[in-house]
Amino acid sequence: MTLVLDVRDATKVYGAGETAVHALRGVSLQVEPGDYVAVMGASGSGKSTLMNIIGCLDVPTAGEFHLDGVDVGGLDDRQQAVVRNRKIGFVFQSFNLIPRMSALTNVELPLAYGGVRPAERRRRALAALDLVGLADRVNHQPNELSGGQQQRVAIARALVTSPALLLADEPTGALDSSSTLDVLGIFDRLSAAGRTIVVITHEPDVAEHAKRVIRLRDGQVVEDTRLAPVDGLPPRLGEVTA
Amino acid sequence: MSAVEIVRFAVRGLAANKMRSALTTLGILIGVAAVILLVAVGEGSSQSIQKNIAQLGANTLTVSSSTSGGFSRGQEATGPRTQARPLTVDDARALADRAAAPSVASVSPVVSANAQTASYEGASHAIQQVVGTYPSYFEASNKPVAKGAYFFNDDVLAARKVVVIGQTVAENLFGPVDPVGRQVTITGVPFTVVGVLKEAGSSSGFQDADDVAIAPLPSVQQSLTGFGPLSQILVKAESADAVDAAQAEITSVLDQRHGVGGAVAADYQILNQATLQETVSAATSTFTVLLAAVAAISLLVGGIGITNIMLVTVTERTREIGIRKAIGAPRGAILGQFLVEATLLSLIGGLLGVAIAVAGAQFTIAGITPVVVPGSVVLALGVSVAIGLFFGSYPANRAAKLRPIEALRFE
Ligand SMILES: Nc1ncnc2c1ncn2[C@@H]1O[C@H](COP(=O)(O)OP(=O)(O)OP(=O)(O)O)[C@@H](O)[C@H]1O
Ligand SMILES: [Mg+2]
Repeated sequence: MTLVLDVRDATKVYGAGETAVHALRGVSLQVEPGDYVAVMGASGSGKSTLMNIIGCLDVPTAGEFHLDGVDVGGLDDRQQAVVRNRKIGFVFQSFNLIPRMSALTNVELPLAYGGVRPAERRRRALAALDLVGLADRVNHQPNELSGGQQQRVAIARALVTSPALLLADEPTGALDSSSTLDVLGIFDRLSAAGRTIVVITHEPDVAEHAKRVIRLRDGQVVEDTRLAPVDGLPPRLGEVTA
Repeated sequence: MSAVEIVRFAVRGLAANKMRSALTTLGILIGVAAVILLVAVGEGSSQSIQKNIAQLGANTLTVSSSTSGGFSRGQEATGPRTQARPLTVDDARALADRAAAPSVASVSPVVSANAQTASYEGASHAIQQVVGTYPSYFEASNKPVAKGAYFFNDDVLAARKVVVIGQTVAENLFGPVDPVGRQVTITGVPFTVVGVLKEAGSSSGFQDADDVAIAPLPSVQQSLTGFGPLSQILVKAESADAVDAAQAEITSVLDQRHGVGGAVAADYQILNQATLQETVSAATSTFTVLLAAVAAISLLVGGIGITNIMLVTVTERTREIGIRKAIGAPRGAILGQFLVEATLLSLIGGLLGVAIAVAGAQFTIAGITPVVVPGSVVLALGVSVAIGLFFGSYPANRAAKLRPIEALRFE
């Protein structure tokens, strides 16, 4: 079976000379389809750096990186845009919705860039918003939504293209406990439905929802623990929905 | 990602900041309107001047006597002097000789008397200028009749007291009555009106071109001016191209007849309508170019306004660009969106500018009726769109080239 994600010996150096920062010092990571991975580590350990490289938002200084069987390093600018559009859904800590655009339009946007027809676009965007429980808020603009609701719109936007990999960088970092539970519930259900998820978090509570936990320190993987089998259900599914 | 979609994104981007978009549009609007309107004013003034000159008669040369001529050069005060000879009907006849002056089409000797009192049944009017001449004068001086007819060579030979009057004279003496066939008395001498000139319309300076009466040469000489020298000879050249040749022929004929040459300076002068026209049109086109240059600068300033606004917009929306790239917007879509935004700004400004300029050209500006030059409209619109594309492409390119992570991290 093809790995969804195959990072081999990735390094990332910011700057040069004396001030150079080695954010990643040879990270290797393989993720199978259907896995739910939590990446943990102290602040500055390189979690976001790794995530940005996986999400094709940044390039590694060295190392190889395959996404869903495709060697991303060899792609040109336009092909990378297509990869970001089709294969990856990215959820940010700070939501990153486009202001002055309704929730529906925000969710439709990746489909617009993907060349999907307007009617089909609307149908899929509405379905995605329904999935995150926001069917009644589709015409609200980001500034008319709560933080938790905004994050759910952002998740809907990440899901709408049915990407091979859902990435989330501290998705609950800016949310209160009840919104956090909403988001984690959505992730659990997505995982149960077979979607591949990689999530960064500081909070052990959040990491407990994943099937596998990876710990980074100083730009290296120092721990890799499996909590549940890849093809099983996420460990805390029952609790959240209960 | 279709073109329609990109345009829709661009319109939404502009609508998000209406005040700023409106002000930027205003900059281009003023530039475009200024170019079109100032060129129209230049063109309008140039056309009205050309028309005034054309009214003097096409392809014509005016020969008049010059008082300074006839002296031996350099010895004006002390040396022997030849008498300056006046222009005579014989001079005119010599110019009409086809062998000596093949480029000359017609020759009209002219005498004129100013401020002659004319009366008709109690009404009286001082005619500014009474002209005595030959029938060829009407064509050479571009004075067609509106009513009645010209007089003929027979009338000249027989010195008949017939007259063609201008509109002003007709109105003042006859009012609503048709003057043709009626008798007017000019300085005590009765003349029969045979025709009324078409209205010339323009009055150059204080002279009313319609306040004239034209009669056969000998009739005017008999009754008003006496048989003295001619006031001028009006010569019409065969064609516009022959004007210079005609001038040379006139010069050689008159030089010979008046003994000009060597130490003796010419005692006549030739006014060339075409040369005058050229000089004036060169001056007015310089004027138009100057106006256009001033306007072009304001268009350029408008363009810099667009660059500035697009740079601010791109900077302000860097995060948004990052988000769009992160969810898979290709470089072309970002580039397209910002280019279309800039182009829309300048296109809307340009179109409004054209509308305002065309509306403004309906009014008389500083006594000049502006004439909108289609070329200037096309040029101003084209330049404004080009400005949008050109000045918009730098910020748009900068936006499109950003790496997603750089754009997202931008504060
Ligand atoms: N653009 C950059 N230029 C220079 N150094 C950077 C840049 N981005 C990150 N770094 C450095 O790289 C290291 C790893 O940063 P990273 O953002 O990956 O940490 P993190 O694990 O996500 O931390 P946190 O949990 O606080 O978000 C840090 O030392 C950081 O200072
Ligand atoms: Mg981080």
